[in-house]
Amino acid sequence: MKELLIDAKTENLDTVLEFINRELEEADYPAKLSMQITVAVEEIFVNIAHYAYNPDVGGAVIRIFYIKDEIVIEFEDSGTPYNPLENEAPDINAGAERRKIGGLGIFMVKKIMDSIKYEYKDGKNILTISKKCLQGEVAK
Amino acid sequence: MTINKTQENGKLILAIEGRLDTTTAPQFQNVLIPAFDKAKEVMLDFKNLVYVSSAGLRVLLMGQKTAKAKSCSMTVTGVSDDVMEILEMTGFSDMLTII
Repeated sequence: MKELLIDAKTENLDTVLEFINRELEEADYPAKLSMQITVAVEEIFVNIAHYAYNPDVGGAVIRIFYIKDEIVIEFEDSGTPYNPLENEAPDINAGAERRKIGGLGIFMVKKIMDSIKYEYKDGKNILTISKKCLQGEVAK
Repeated sequence: MTINKTQENGKLILAIEGRLDTTTAPQFQNVLIPAFDKAKEVMLDFKNLVYVSSAGLRVLLMGQKTAKAKSCSMTVTGVSDDVMEILEMTGFSDMLTII
């Protein structure tokens, strides 16, 4: 398992994305899948950075591990209890005039990943996402 | 991310190179939105765009709304397969004018 402990602020996004990209490169994920998983990680981390401790800053922990042929990424923060899965889905068929700005992040995470799970435990928000590796990819 | 601007017969071409994410989206917004005050036609060249997250999509939506409000056009060209998949996933491929 790999773990990153970091202040949940958007200035740290590059560090988070480097952490996930290094792992995806080592695991030899194809570029398209890597990009999509990276998008999912960005959406969740930025969400934590914006809302978990607002207006203060607090810590987040990101863990990456594998269960059989699935990559599992876990996000933990000790901020305000918040279940992003309860967000209303945006209308993706709406034209530009009727489209609302925002709300797309979690929608994209749901689309990209195979599973997404939220729990609030011991004063912590824990969001876990996973995605099956395609055949031929090496899971560690 | 870098943005290269070229003007061609009244059309403004913005070539985006690199990543359009939470960190770089404000820079893109600062260039795109005022562009509609300078040109009636704005073309976004995504040939060298390698990554887009919802922060980038948000700016594209703002651009589209601004274009409509000012009777301008915004077109997108050179979209890679990887970026196209994100646009399709979110319905942006139908909302934007991609050529």
